[in-house]
Amino acid sequence: MAKLHVSTTINGEPQEFLCDAEQSMLDILRGPLGLTGSKEGCGTGDCGACTITVNGRIACSCLMLAAEAEGQQIGTIEGMAGEELHPLQQKFLEMAALQCGICTPGVLMAAKALLERNPDPSEHDVRFWLAGNLCRCTGYDKIVRAVMETAADMRGAAR
Amino acid sequence: MSTTESKTDSAVNDNKWIGQRTVRPDGADKVTGRAAYSADTNMPGMIWGKVLRSPHAHARIKSINTKKAEAYPGVKAVVTAKDIVNFPLDKSVMLGIQDMRWMCRNVMAREKVLFIGHPVAAVAAMSEKIAAEACKLIEVEYEVLPFVVDVEEAMKPGAPILHDFLKHEGKPSNIAGTLEHKLGDVAAGFAKADVVIERTFHTQPVHQGYIEPHACLVSVSDGKATIWSSSQGQFMVRAMCAYLTGIPQNDIRAIPAEIGGGFGGKTIIYLEPLALMLARKSGRPVKMIMTRGEVFHASGPTSGSYNKVKVGATKDGKLVAAQGTFCLQAGAFPGSPIRGAAGCAFAPYDIPNVHSVGIDVVSNRSKVAAYRAPGAPIGAHAMECVMDEIAEALKMDPLELRLKNAAKQGTKAAHGPVFPRIGFVETIEEAKKHAHYTTALPKAKRGVRYGRGVASGFWFNAGGESSAQVNINEDGTVVVITGHPDIGGSRASTANITAEVLGIDYKKVSVLIGDTSVIGFSNLTGGSRVTYASAMVVTQSTEHVISILKERAAKIWKIDPDAVVWENGEARPAGDNAGKFEPLSLGQIAAQASATGGPIGAGKQLNTTGAEGGFATHLCDVEVDEDLGIVRVLRYTAFQDVGRAIHPGYVEGQMQGGAAQGIGWALSEEYIYDKNGKLDNPSFLDYRMPVCSDLPMLDSVIIEVPNPKHPQGVRGVGEVPLVPPMAAVANAIHNALGRRFYSLPMSPPKVLASLDMAAE
Repeated sequence: MAKLHVSTTINGEPQEFLCDAEQSMLDILRGPLGLTGSKEGCGTGDCGACTITVNGRIACSCLMLAAEAEGQQIGTIEGMAGEELHPLQQKFLEMAALQCGICTPGVLMAAKALLERNPDPSEHDVRFWLAGNLCRCTGYDKIVRAVMETAADMRGAAR
Repeated sequence: MSTTESKTDSAVNDNKWIGQRTVRPDGADKVTGRAAYSADTNMPGMIWGKVLRSPHAHARIKSINTKKAEAYPGVKAVVTAKDIVNFPLDKSVMLGIQDMRWMCRNVMAREKVLFIGHPVAAVAAMSEKIAAEACKLIEVEYEVLPFVVDVEEAMKPGAPILHDFLKHEGKPSNIAGTLEHKLGDVAAGFAKADVVIERTFHTQPVHQGYIEPHACLVSVSDGKATIWSSSQGQFMVRAMCAYLTGIPQNDIRAIPAEIGGGFGGKTIIYLEPLALMLARKSGRPVKMIMTRGEVFHASGPTSGSYNKVKVGATKDGKLVAAQGTFCLQAGAFPGSPIRGAAGCAFAPYDIPNVHSVGIDVVSNRSKVAAYRAPGAPIGAHAMECVMDEIAEALKMDPLELRLKNAAKQGTKAAHGPVFPRIGFVETIEEAKKHAHYTTALPKAKRGVRYGRGVASGFWFNAGGESSAQVNINEDGTVVVITGHPDIGGSRASTANITAEVLGIDYKKVSVLIGDTSVIGFSNLTGGSRVTYASAMVVTQSTEHVISILKERAAKIWKIDPDAVVWENGEARPAGDNAGKFEPLSLGQIAAQASATGGPIGAGKQLNTTGAEGGFATHLCDVEVDEDLGIVRVLRYTAFQDVGRAIHPGYVEGQMQGGAAQGIGWALSEEYIYDKNGKLDNPSFLDYRMPVCSDLPMLDSVIIEVPNPKHPQGVRGVGEVPLVPPMAAVANAIHNALGRRFYSLPMSPPKVLASLDMAAE
């Protein structure tokens, strides 16, 4: 079967690619597009290491068909920092909220989407929002604290 | 929200960088997605490898026909056990803790398949899809044999035998080995006891659960191999591949990719030798990545177990005797962590009479691999639950019972050593006075009960071989190269130490992990040895660099090198007699290096010793839903003697991460097999590791009783945190419900069944 042609936007830049009908968005990101910051931990949507945003909503890119990206706004970890790190990225480093780092891109993408919706999340909000992102190293403690402290800093900066 | 705290001897607090929460040198790459993990590297002309795995739990391989697969369009190479070096069964060839007899048969089944998922052949093709299709064309003729997966069943007379050559008491057996520790006379000890508790425990195999599946990329050209893979030791990868392929070590370069978690599970290889042989046969670089299902089916969890522990105490709470038998399931090949189970279970206590036995049992499951303090959590689970019953029987506070019997300097442990200065007592004392322990639990309400549990734990820690190279750049900045994969922030601790010893800004130090061709042999990242051993070898390398810097300053000043001192990152004359000179900074000396003798750098290789034991005490509060059987951890605090926290943030992270893994082991994680010997839950959906919403904050109290045998006082940190949690949770559930659980995990069906029994 001929490949499908997809026109999409990735991290604000127009992007075209060819894919097979059954190929996942994660495979296209990591393969032809070379965006290996999204990780495959399970391929079944259980670990969240491949978390991206689609029109601002988080999605497991392993569960999304690449063809579904047509006309959508896709965000990946590679687009999170500008000239400076995003406040979440900076806070994760300051608070040692990562150990091996394999889950970190997915956690950061999910956390960023949370703070865009809820600038003042409770611990409960953070824990349930991030329940789809497995981390085996940290026990989540420092991740939750880093997200809440970033939220507080960003509220302070917005005032 | 409670916070973390640190209890430190004030005497060791005059450091500038040691003990600082610096930003890790590899941090920016890891928060931006740039860090290259094992599956992130590609090569021009690269093709894909897939493994054909056994559908049977136990079967003899009668024949393998690969002709159809080889002829399939797009297939470039097929390998089977014929392509892997055969180590005869009658002669052990050890590499670290692995016997190559078992390794060669684990990476590729030879005479028999021994578990569902055991590799039988591997294919390399133009795409993963073609490789997977070609695997289906390989014809394997099996003679299916009876199988056994359970450790108790495997030990019974008449059980299906996995290996005919394994003999126990003269007969073919699945008991592959035993280990025994004896101290004093247990019979005499029990005779003096006023209370004796004897219990039987079962634990299930649990997986390390690293989020990064095993993966590698291997290129072979002109007979020389380059391997990119994530492991807990590039030198282990090189040596094992050399053994299994027959390629000499100088022709293999193992490059450590960033590692996405290991917890012991990546101290062994699976894919690398297969990819290497496929690459050699095809002439193309070969990439292989396990699916999560393959990780669960065919990489090593830790052992399930069947254990008996008997402990006797006098009525004033003095332990007088302890006896333990720990039967650990090794999986398909010998080598379960009986040393950790039998050795660590009783080590926290000063018990005059101990008899501890470990029994290594093979069964038709994937071969176990190391998991954080291998074996110790299994032994401690049994012992620490029995300790809780002793305390209950004596109406003693459980921490008081532990304090009364705690091992201290001079205590002789049953597994051999006499402890030097250790900090176990301090962990109990801190726990006793901590707000967690002194705050009352919530009152039970309809359908909800609350309980608190305590448990302690010990791990040996490890030294071993490490190499480092410290180079001074022309501008006075520093590059440090070590040989240990950085699994959780060890580059940061290495940079802290280098900056401290050299007296310069942390930001001037870069830390790199060298591949096998650029740095000397370094043993695994494991056993809680990396910061311990790195600190030693990096300190000695840096001290050598300082001696060179002093010589260069002496040369510039034309004075004797002994008349130069190194202070705060500068060379100074030792005193007025030495002459009057302005101090020379590292940068100034570096700038003149060519004129004063050439580039400045030094390296050391050490086989480190003196890694003294680590101890912890954990507190756990639970809430039990009596209608649903669900146990939630409400509050958790870990107290651990770490010797010296080089980077407190990553030390706390180890304590918290270990506690979280232990809570999973206690409450929800287990390998479930169906009646055909097939793993029934090989996914993160069904193998239930704790997610963010399952856990509370995990408080960590760092206690620093410096290790007298280490320049900075370091003890290992990473393993101990997984030792106490299972018993801490079990004891908390007992405190809530008044019912004991002797089998892990304490999942909702088991809790409900126990409550139903109580109701009847």
